[in-house]
Amino acid sequence: MGNFLQYTLTGLAAGSLYALVALGLVLIYRSARVLNFAHGDMATFGTFVAFSLATSGRPLWISLPLALLAGAVVAVVFYFAALVPAQRKGATQLGQVILTLGLALIFQGFTVYQWGAEPTSFPFPLSDTKVWKVGPVYVSELAIGTLAAAALASLLLFLLTQKTRLGLAMRATSENLQAAQTLGIPTRQVLAFAWGAAAALGVVAGIFLAPVLMLDPFFMLDPMFKGLAAAVLGGLNSLPGAVVGGLVLGVVESLAGGYLAMEFKSSLAFVLIVAVLLVRPEGLLGKEFQERV
Amino acid sequence: MDLVESYREELRFARKPLGRALLVLGLLALAALPWWGHRSWLAWGSMVWLYAIGVIGQNLLIGYAGQVSFGQAGFLAIGAYTFGHLRIAGAPFPLALLVAGIAAGAAGWLVGFPSLRLKGPYLAIATLGFGTAVYQVFANVEALSGGRAGLPIAQLRPPGGMDRDVYVYLLYFALFLLFTAVAYNLVSSWVGRTFVALRDSDIAAEAMGVNLTRAKLLAFAISSFYTGVHGALMAQYLGHLEPQAFNVQESLNFFVAVIVGGVASVEGSVFGAAFAILVPALFGDFRWAVPVLFGAAILVVMIFEPLGLAGAWLKTRLYFRMWPFR
Repeated sequence: MGNFLQYTLTGLAAGSLYALVALGLVLIYRSARVLNFAHGDMATFGTFVAFSLATSGRPLWISLPLALLAGAVVAVVFYFAALVPAQRKGATQLGQVILTLGLALIFQGFTVYQWGAEPTSFPFPLSDTKVWKVGPVYVSELAIGTLAAAALASLLLFLLTQKTRLGLAMRATSENLQAAQTLGIPTRQVLAFAWGAAAALGVVAGIFLAPVLMLDPFFMLDPMFKGLAAAVLGGLNSLPGAVVGGLVLGVVESLAGGYLAMEFKSSLAFVLIVAVLLVRPEGLLGKEFQERV
Repeated sequence: MDLVESYREELRFARKPLGRALLVLGLLALAALPWWGHRSWLAWGSMVWLYAIGVIGQNLLIGYAGQVSFGQAGFLAIGAYTFGHLRIAGAPFPLALLVAGIAAGAAGWLVGFPSLRLKGPYLAIATLGFGTAVYQVFANVEALSGGRAGLPIAQLRPPGGMDRDVYVYLLYFALFLLFTAVAYNLVSSWVGRTFVALRDSDIAAEAMGVNLTRAKLLAFAISSFYTGVHGALMAQYLGHLEPQAFNVQESLNFFVAVIVGGVASVEGSVFGAAFAILVPALFGDFRWAVPVLFGAAILVVMIFEPLGLAGAWLKTRLYFRMWPFR
């Protein structure tokens, strides 16, 4: 029983990071119907900015917001400089996905050039070796921080989309772009904001992942695909689905790794996803927009 | 472009005598590359031909049938390892190649089943799961992957004292021509037409009498057969197999090659393969710059030519057909 609780808790901590990545992906998919393959690399970039600022002696409360901002600015620039012109040229959805793939490659090369490919450790105030024993389970400082950050980010995102005018505009844009435009919503700015917010979420995930994994230019590759899987599991255009999907994926992966086979834990997680998708083809909470013939 | 009046015209590679002459000349020039080109070109040439087979397979699936797959590296690994083990057991090259293709095709047929219910990104994730699972199996089961040392594969022995690089180049070029011709025939026959119908609107296609189950499974099987053959040829070419060569990045590279080359176009797949092999080769001296240039090339191609290199090729041909009028 103690083992079970421990695995579940570890899974929840990992899952909350998947949820953060998934939230960013869903935010973009909802508004633009584009799977953003550059998500992981934008997050890596932001994390490296945080790393540079933190190691050059600036306090954390300055460097973290600056890193989030850097990630967001880059995403907005990409939206206006690449995606909008491509849409004007009539690029297909698949083509737009490939554009994000191109962006991902550019980021990868730039990060390697700027910061080198050697893994470095990230200076972070919360440590994963400082643990408390709560009942039968051990909780690390970092796990608590991660869970809190994910909960806070989800709450802020919920308040943003459900309680503000901007959120209403975002929901309208994702529901029907042309209709939103006709009603006077500046859809382009709204979409740009969605890209920026998504990138900032990714950077948050990156900053919390960096102390666990070592920081190198490819450290977000695996979490990014896990986040994608989590987003699909929950339903690609449902924000609550992203959180649920992330947590479920994290817990299942941790339990599968603990009880079945450590080497195959991601495969087992994917088996679960395929099984869920076969029963609910649009994810746990998702509802794709129906097409007409 | 032209009015196609009969089935025979549809199957033609070139419609005018001049086009046919240029096509034959171009192919002859490529076949004669060992005698006029630099020696290092042979290696890149062989890589392009074998890669083109895989990209054509992927394009049949993504471009024609509209089924997104991120699991191509899995089929690649199945083809490569089937081929490797058969070669080690002493099977001749053609037999091993065929069985590798069939093994990957059978895997593709099985992976096709989720596609009966899933669409777009959801299918992409299911196939991504397949790719991850295959990768983890090969990375962790030493009996399959040959352990830490990898799987060594004996080089081909060219007949009659021929230079090995030349022999490999010509063999791969011939195989490439064979698979390209088959692909052209597939896409202009009923098989290709059911794929296109399925892509454009599956509901309408079903109403018109297309058997969706059969079409989707067939698309996956054919595509992964091509990918398996690509894997086998790659295994033979590298002479050494390691599971690291079959990670997710490899599936994404296929994807990039298809899109940059041109969706739903066989010649586009060839351009895409050449792009994916030659661009990193040209800038190989600047290691960090390869992804940047690769990515920038993708951005430029996608923004200025959404139809990819095949679209650019079509426009060039149209321009010269009307030249000097426009």
